[in-house]
Amino acid sequence: MRLAGSLLLLAGWAIVVAAVVLLTPANTRSVFVLAGVTVEVIGLTLLIRSNPLAGREKE
Amino acid sequence: MTVPGPIFTPEVAVTVILILLVPFAVAGISLINAGLGRSRSAAHTMLASLCIFAVAAGVYLVCGFAWQGYIGAPARVIVAAGKEWNWLGRAPFFLRGMDFDGAPISLAACLQIFSVGFAALIPLGGGLERWKLSAACASTALFAGCTYPLFAHWVWGGGWLAQLGVNAGMGHGLVDAGGSGAIQAVGGLTALSIAWILGPRRGKYSLEGMPTAIPGHSAILILSGCFFTLLGWLGLNSAGAILFTGASPTRVLLISINTTLAASTALLTAVCITRFRFGRPDVSISANGWVGGLVASSASCAFVTPFEAIVIGVIAGALVTYSVEWFELHCGVDDPGGAVSVHAMGGIWGLLAVAFFAHFPAPVVNVAAGTLRPDAALDANQWLAQIVGIATLIGFVLPLTYALNLALNRFWPLRVVAEGERQGLDLYELGAGAYPEFVTHTEEFTQLR
Repeated sequence: MRLAGSLLLLAGWAIVVAAVVLLTPANTRSVFVLAGVTVEVIGLTLLIRSNPLAGREKE
Repeated sequence: MTVPGPIFTPEVAVTVILILLVPFAVAGISLINAGLGRSRSAAHTMLASLCIFAVAAGVYLVCGFAWQGYIGAPARVIVAAGKEWNWLGRAPFFLRGMDFDGAPISLAACLQIFSVGFAALIPLGGGLERWKLSAACASTALFAGCTYPLFAHWVWGGGWLAQLGVNAGMGHGLVDAGGSGAIQAVGGLTALSIAWILGPRRGKYSLEGMPTAIPGHSAILILSGCFFTLLGWLGLNSAGAILFTGASPTRVLLISINTTLAASTALLTAVCITRFRFGRPDVSISANGWVGGLVASSASCAFVTPFEAIVIGVIAGALVTYSVEWFELHCGVDDPGGAVSVHAMGGIWGLLAVAFFAHFPAPVVNVAAGTLRPDAALDANQWLAQIVGIATLIGFVLPLTYALNLALNRFWPLRVVAEGERQGLDLYELGAGAYPEFVTHTEEFTQLR
């Protein structure tokens, strides 16, 4: 889960960079940048949840 | 023989004085970290702070500044979609060839020597009481030689984040005058990596995963450190705004007012929240709120009104207060110094605040863009540049610093052995306590001997 989270972080960043470099229309670029950020948030969540102590107080 | 005349203009003199205030921020953060830890590791924390600062300055001198570079200095570029994207500095190692004559690049080098030491100190707050001194120095070398210069080049050295305005029409490019992102968030995310790799202190979490309060040993150190940080931040924000965003030295007044107001309101917000939630103000969280306000003020310090600085401070104070609890309770991150909440969360909020509040009165704001921007209408897309900057911090800097420290941990374990943690790092690593005249150990230690 830790590796998956880290890879998702990098993948999200790659989407952001690709959108900035390759896309010209402002709206399309904004949508892809936000999509990349969303992927990063998922990756960060996975990374946080991979900590063995995370969320144990709910059990 | 001719005697060279004075070369310092009043602007250069003002900038030099501001730069020389920055070490106060380093001293302040060191004192806060020492106070937030237990007394049995206080001397270790202060010595580690000095060692980290020294290693960071040395490594940065060797290769850090060469890779960070400065606006207009040689750099490596990639051509993509018909545009040149600057991604790494290419200045000589060891600052060779630099004339220390008050030119902007020499002033930037001086400021950055302090800034990199400051940024490298932030992770210590996340690794208090269990991070070996030697491992902290090794980790700092990676930080000052790789992580910090890379991102700082992208933001302050004319790199691709600064070019977002020119190349992609995103406002003025990523604007980060005083280092909310380049110093604070980079340091804070490294602190998160360190806290993850080290794991929590012994006794911090019960078997059920419930955190136990381990209070800091000196409120006096914590609160006196807060005063030092204000002085340092006034210099950091002002010098950064002048050197990296092209702000006029006359804006130092506005920057000082904004910085002070943001810190003050963040402190008061933290005091009020802890007062209402716990019945009385909490010293450590309130101090973290103060520093969080300073952190959040940095990026936009030269481009917001005092009222907007107050709003930024209020949000920073609330954010830091709640995120300290969130990281400890829900994420299982033992961060004794609050480095992740204060520097990472506060820094990211500071970058975002530029998108919400900043006004750009001058035609050129981010001088790193390298091109005059004639049109205030470009400000419309500034938010996107700030989002791209935050995405780079979370999506690139965090995995990079995590991977570097994870690799280091395989060859050079970062965490002190269990016995050392029980004794306290003062005795275990230094052989003497910070307070030798006081009894700082119970029978727990004497039984071990």
